[in-house]
Amino acid sequence: MIINHPLLGPRDAQEFTFLGSASLIDRPDWQAEDALEQFSDYTYLRNDTGGENRELWFHEAGDRSWLVVTRNTFTHEITNVEMASDVARARGRSK
Amino acid sequence: MHDLKPITPLWGTVAQVDNIGGMRISECPDWALASVASRRGKEDAAAAAAAKFLGFDLPDVARCATKEPFAAFWMGPHQWMIEAPHDTHEDLAAQVTAAVGENASVTEQTDGWVRFDLEGPHCHSVLELLCNANTRAMDQGAALRTQLAHLGCFLICRKTGTHFSVIGPRSSAGSLRNALITAVKSAT
Repeated sequence: MIINHPLLGPRDAQEFTFLGSASLIDRPDWQAEDALEQFSDYTYLRNDTGGENRELWFHEAGDRSWLVVTRNTFTHEITNVEMASDVARARGRSK
Repeated sequence: MHDLKPITPLWGTVAQVDNIGGMRISECPDWALASVASRRGKEDAAAAAAAKFLGFDLPDVARCATKEPFAAFWMGPHQWMIEAPHDTHEDLAAQVTAAVGENASVTEQTDGWVRFDLEGPHCHSVLELLCNANTRAMDQGAALRTQLAHLGCFLICRKTGTHFSVIGPRSSAGSLRNALITAVKSAT
């Protein structure tokens, strides 16, 4: 499998490690009233859907950036690769 | 008084050089290293300060820029490694810190890494046995990070086709040399 790195171009998936769903970017506010409930859902609940998924991949043996990879889990086709930092900032995260 | 003598990454008193099949693998301990990571929102100021110190602009993605006595290569987004001769720049990190101030974070890296230079006509054949970098597409000044012998290493093309530097973790210097020698013997 080849991941088309936004900065470095096509790189072998061997160089990357997989973390999980890109929804991990949406970390709840720890100061919210219902923080416990939100963190419980954030930590333990996942939708196990086949098909197109947005996933976090780390370019461990490369430039060590985090990527959001849109991948179809049935076909392994990768349709989009973005820098996770850009995605997080677009969603209002400060870091 | 302690009588402390510096040793090279391969535990020698002089750098190890191997000449095999027309290829030369040389340990290069004479380089000081410091990493620079620009701080968020200060990227432009950090780049300007670094350029003033180095005498050239910090290189673009996956590139290495050189102008004596310095070389700088891209490591990742907003991160670079600076190289300079150890004899004259042993305190490289302090010099870079003074130059960039609060605009970037600088870390001393000299003794964290071992640099091997691979020179000769068979560089591509050797490197394609060791890593999945497309070395044939790397021209002079190309720099990337990849895995060699299960080690995260920087690969820098110093001269198209015939001279590459492999900068890997110092504590695995022996393993890295072994991998390079094995690949050179297989490829030549």
